[in-house]
Amino acid sequence: MNAAVVLFPGSNREGDVASAIKRISGKAANIVWHADSELPANTDLVVLPGGFSYGDYLRCGAIAARAPIMNAVRAHAERGGLVLGICNGFQILCESQLLPGVLQRNAQLRFMCKEVYLRVERSDTPFTRRYNAGDILKIPVAHGEGNYTADEETIKRLEGDGRVLFRYVSPEGKTDPAWNYNGATNAIAGILSEKLNVLGLMPHPENHVDPAIGPTDGRGLFESIKTVLEAA
Amino acid sequence: MKARVTVTLKNGVLDPQGKAIEGALKSLGIEGVESVRQGKVFEIELKDGDKAKAEAALKAAADKLLANTVVENYRVEVLS
Repeated sequence: MNAAVVLFPGSNREGDVASAIKRISGKAANIVWHADSELPANTDLVVLPGGFSYGDYLRCGAIAARAPIMNAVRAHAERGGLVLGICNGFQILCESQLLPGVLQRNAQLRFMCKEVYLRVERSDTPFTRRYNAGDILKIPVAHGEGNYTADEETIKRLEGDGRVLFRYVSPEGKTDPAWNYNGATNAIAGILSEKLNVLGLMPHPENHVDPAIGPTDGRGLFESIKTVLEAA
Repeated sequence: MKARVTVTLKNGVLDPQGKAIEGALKSLGIEGVESVRQGKVFEIELKDGDKAKAEAALKAAADKLLANTVVENYRVEVLS
């Protein structure tokens, strides 16, 4: 697994995700600067980490989506390479149109930093094959703009093609407005690209991988990626 | 040459910030407020030149960066 974690000015979760990758794959990730125009040779996973790239100026992720490295990330995605965008990384993927839709201000207007429950909607993807469809994960979120929105047509297409990978649910795994903290359309927490090789999600699986800290429900995501890449 | 690009949310897109401002205006006792939608204004200084070209450049700027056309509309004006 040759992971590249892209560092933008204002990213702040690159260390967490690099540490999760090292812990699970045994191999350190390359940290790649946003102003570079190429990814390290043999990169097979690109991660856009959480944070507040460019201070969230203009719109969350808007400036980062136009950074020089993003052309290389786009080319990597077009070749079928895996791309994982977490939190601000998800916002960047939407702004760069690698994923459809937009992440708007949380419906209750508050920054939300807590553990939430996610339902895994399918396990036949490079990001979830070490989970089972219907698994309930406890994963932290920390964002002010996570309210996923897209036009009706896009939502219909995402749902119809099975591209909603994670949904906010109750601890029992039911969709419930009371557990859809940020007001996302259809309680969407994470979506896939058409070819299923690009994933954007608001919650932070990289923060739940170490038993010394607490739950380890996020491990499966990185283990899935490792399994897929090592089999390739 | 001065120009202005105004970016607003499309109709039907939920605007929680606008809603909060609307509530605050009402609590200030400002009468007659029916609804508030928040947007952005960009004041841009351009090199003097052809007005049509300037408008085309501003439109490209809005499409590529200033607006997210998934949820936002924009209006371009060359002022002087």
